[in-house]
Amino acid sequence: MVAMPLPDKTALARRREIAAALRQFVPGEGVIEAPVEMRAYETDGLTAYRQMPLVVVLPETTAQVSAVLKYCHEQNIKVVPRGAGTSLSGGALPLADGVLLGLGKFNRILDIDYANRCVVTQPGVTNLAITQAVQHKGFYYAPDPSSQIACTIGGNVAENSGGVHCLKYGLTANNVLGIEMVLITGEVIRLGGKHLDSEAYDLLGVMTGSEGLLGVVTEVTVRILQKPETARAVLIGFPSNEDAGKCVADVISAGIIPGGMEMMDRPAIHAAEEFVHAGYPLEAEALLIIELDGCAAEIDHLIERVVTIAEANRSNSCRVSQSEDERLVFWAGRKAAFPAVGRISPDYLCMDGTIPRRRLPEVLQGMEDLSRHYGLRVANVFHAGDGNLHPLILFDANDPDELERAEKFGADILRLCVKVGGVLTGEHGVGIEKRDLMPEMFSEADLNQQQRLKCAFDAKGLLNPGKVFPVLHRCAELGRMVVRGGKLPHADLPRF
Amino acid sequence: MTSLKPATEAELVDMVQDALAQRTPLDVTGTGTKKGIGRPMQTAATLDLSGFSEIALYEPEELVITAGAGARLDDVRKLLDDKGQEFAFEPPDLSRLLGAPHSGTLGGMLACNLCGPRRLKAGAARDHILGVAGVSGRGEAFKAGGRVVKNVTGYDLPKLMASSYGTLAALTTVTFKALPKAESEETLVLEGLSDEDAVAAMSLAMQSSCEVSGAAHLPSALADGTAKTFLRLEGVPPSIAYRRDKLAKLLTASGSHLLATDASRAQWVALRDVHPLAAPDGRCVWRLSVAPMEGAKLVAALKPHIDMRWFYDWAGGLVWLAVPPENGASADAIRAALPSGHATLIRADESLRGQVPVFQPQAPALAALARRVKASFDPVGIFNPGRMQQESA
Ligand SMILES: Cc1cc2nc3c(=O)[nH]c(=O)nc-3n(C[C@H](O)[C@H](O)[C@H](O)COP(=O)(O)OP(=O)(O)OC[C@H]3O[C@@H](n4cnc5c(N)ncnc54)[C@H](O)[C@@H]3O)c2cc1C
Repeated sequence: MVAMPLPDKTALARRREIAAALRQFVPGEGVIEAPVEMRAYETDGLTAYRQMPLVVVLPETTAQVSAVLKYCHEQNIKVVPRGAGTSLSGGALPLADGVLLGLGKFNRILDIDYANRCVVTQPGVTNLAITQAVQHKGFYYAPDPSSQIACTIGGNVAENSGGVHCLKYGLTANNVLGIEMVLITGEVIRLGGKHLDSEAYDLLGVMTGSEGLLGVVTEVTVRILQKPETARAVLIGFPSNEDAGKCVADVISAGIIPGGMEMMDRPAIHAAEEFVHAGYPLEAEALLIIELDGCAAEIDHLIERVVTIAEANRSNSCRVSQSEDERLVFWAGRKAAFPAVGRISPDYLCMDGTIPRRRLPEVLQGMEDLSRHYGLRVANVFHAGDGNLHPLILFDANDPDELERAEKFGADILRLCVKVGGVLTGEHGVGIEKRDLMPEMFSEADLNQQQRLKCAFDAKGLLNPGKVFPVLHRCAELGRMVVRGGKLPHADLPRF
Repeated sequence: MTSLKPATEAELVDMVQDALAQRTPLDVTGTGTKKGIGRPMQTAATLDLSGFSEIALYEPEELVITAGAGARLDDVRKLLDDKGQEFAFEPPDLSRLLGAPHSGTLGGMLACNLCGPRRLKAGAARDHILGVAGVSGRGEAFKAGGRVVKNVTGYDLPKLMASSYGTLAALTTVTFKALPKAESEETLVLEGLSDEDAVAAMSLAMQSSCEVSGAAHLPSALADGTAKTFLRLEGVPPSIAYRRDKLAKLLTASGSHLLATDASRAQWVALRDVHPLAAPDGRCVWRLSVAPMEGAKLVAALKPHIDMRWFYDWAGGLVWLAVPPENGASADAIRAALPSGHATLIRADESLRGQVPVFQPQAPALAALARRVKASFDPVGIFNPGRMQQESA
């Protein structure tokens, strides 16, 4: 298990005083300190880790968030922001000595602006609710994480979440136009808006994916798109992972960027088929779901080309959806892959590495070897178009040794991803889960530079500490400069 | 002025360390084609990064290219084109507008966050940068991001390099996403619309499912006497044919005609590269990013007071404005009329750029944060000091 920093005893001792102070800013039920009520917040989507917070605060306005943060800053109290708590990397895991700041009451959509094709919303609104608010006009919000009925848009910004359609339509970062955020000092800052690109430093880009370490997002402006006229999916079985991987590369080389391109390996195919009976080919070693969207003329044209490419890559089964119902059935298995695996194993860990696609066969082979080594099964679902792997490691959390092995197995998979030129996480975030693996990808100088940026936002390191970075340096230490030649220019000297 | 031209990262580290020890502020530059954007700087030496020009890796089927930050955009464009790919964000060639000999380097493309008409669909350089390596103003080599299209490992420092104008780091290597070029394209041209009607038409087009990938408007003064509104469709031919008919039905305008692939391409290159306002006529050029429906209103508010020429891109969200240099290039009037968004002075002579803020002035808390971000990379202000913000002691 990843170790969290030791709690600050003085903060623990001051719990009642802190709760009382927070009540001055957030009245009534907005401050929770009873353990039974705080229980709901003790974990996020990474359920192997649990921790009760010091106190929970649920503000409703930006002014309240600002007052809470300003107080915590002055009093040196840690703060963990939280949306819906679906993070799979432990990003929203509470700290024993920290205030958990929940954004659940920021649940209103503020402005729907079709002419400018955007929606202004509070951060606690769910991802799906944005689409639901605009779909009667044919619009939708493109990034579609599988957790979209539950996860919040604020959490999406903090994690830069993706979905099965992000190869064509981009991640959260490419679909957010602006935010309002509050720094730990209580200062309120607006970045971007209904226009494109925030001029000067792209702090909006940096905030996206910053995992709650830089500021608390209190408002989000997203762009909305008109739904494609239709979509059709092709379900293609292959005799080997290599063939499926080659097919993906050939589709892209042919200049086709499908709306979605998902791959499943044999264990995932079987788990999903038993669960939802989508008619997946059980003899296949690998399955591709390729979805094409747009106008009918375009889809017909492209499907023909995709089928030809699949045949050239030895596909042994191929079905094109003939109706909207059938398309949804094709997807049902893939979308239910996690719960399907949950049915065949008491627990699973979902990993999230990304690799250059052509290294897929060797990475899958490596996983098979590791699976034997650790004595644990693994099933793979894979955002094939962009190389984002989701190996699901099957284990039983009641057996501490299995959890230990599962975590080691997961770490080895991520090391393998980095070794072939990939990264530790494609969309789930570092959180605590991958925190200690950061040095696999980054040198100390790389990590120090990232932490210096953190210092520019939060010099006292009070926002979500213990996440993302394996070693927490003090900002003063990071700011020190050693320059060859003996001279040590200091940050406080006058500028040129 | 001394010119330092490192050939390796180790040399670059040495040079920055030397500059730090001797307190020599550096003008961080690729090939200098965008020198005219930003406040004038007092630097003692040029740090010329054009030596980092190698293409380290280009894997079309992985949609990725890694190149030296000094690689020429023109060369890379050709390389991608040979494989039927491109930078989907359509980086412009601003050489005609800025009086530069060519379109500059990939490092400059990122540092200025370049993007073209397809910005409204495909994003800007910031949306396509995957990884960077370089040397900070502390004289330390670092890297960030990766070479895969999906990556949330650590802060997105590559995005932070976009529109940082060389003030944070001297970049050596950049990795970008490359995407397939559309097989063909067509442009529907509506004739004779007023600015307001054109913005309304472009908004309608963008709200449809026609997947318009470019929406620009040239008022009559810049279009041989008849205003023209351009709507671009890209993709496979059967799809374009269908969407063109649908779009034409949607916008029952008085007059319209079509540009086929070649003419369409040429037209969008001209719009992308700001040719309508590029003549070296002594005018200053502003680039305004606003909510699309605000573009024409903003122009209408300014028109009675300023002798100006203008056109719209991004369905009205981008306004290019050419004004006489008098009255500080009308900076105050333009910014006062701006409802939101930002106005950047893209072309003006050096003395003017010293007098009026080139970049949109920021609210105090944001300006202070930006200063701390700068200091986190470059604590003593050795890289391009004063280019973006007036340095304060
Ligand atoms: C079954 C399941 C499927 C999933 N599928 C996907 C998927 O397909 N793609 C994908 O990308 N992810 C997926 N996820 C992961 C998760 O849903 C996303 O990371 C999501 O964006 C988290 O949103 P949340 O509101 O639950 O945030 P939380 O889990 O509450 O918080 C996540 C992080 O964001 C921070 N945070 C939250 N709100 C704010 C705010 N307003 N301001 C500042 N920081 C904030 C927290 O501190 C924390 O670090 C899945 C999760 C589950 C359980």
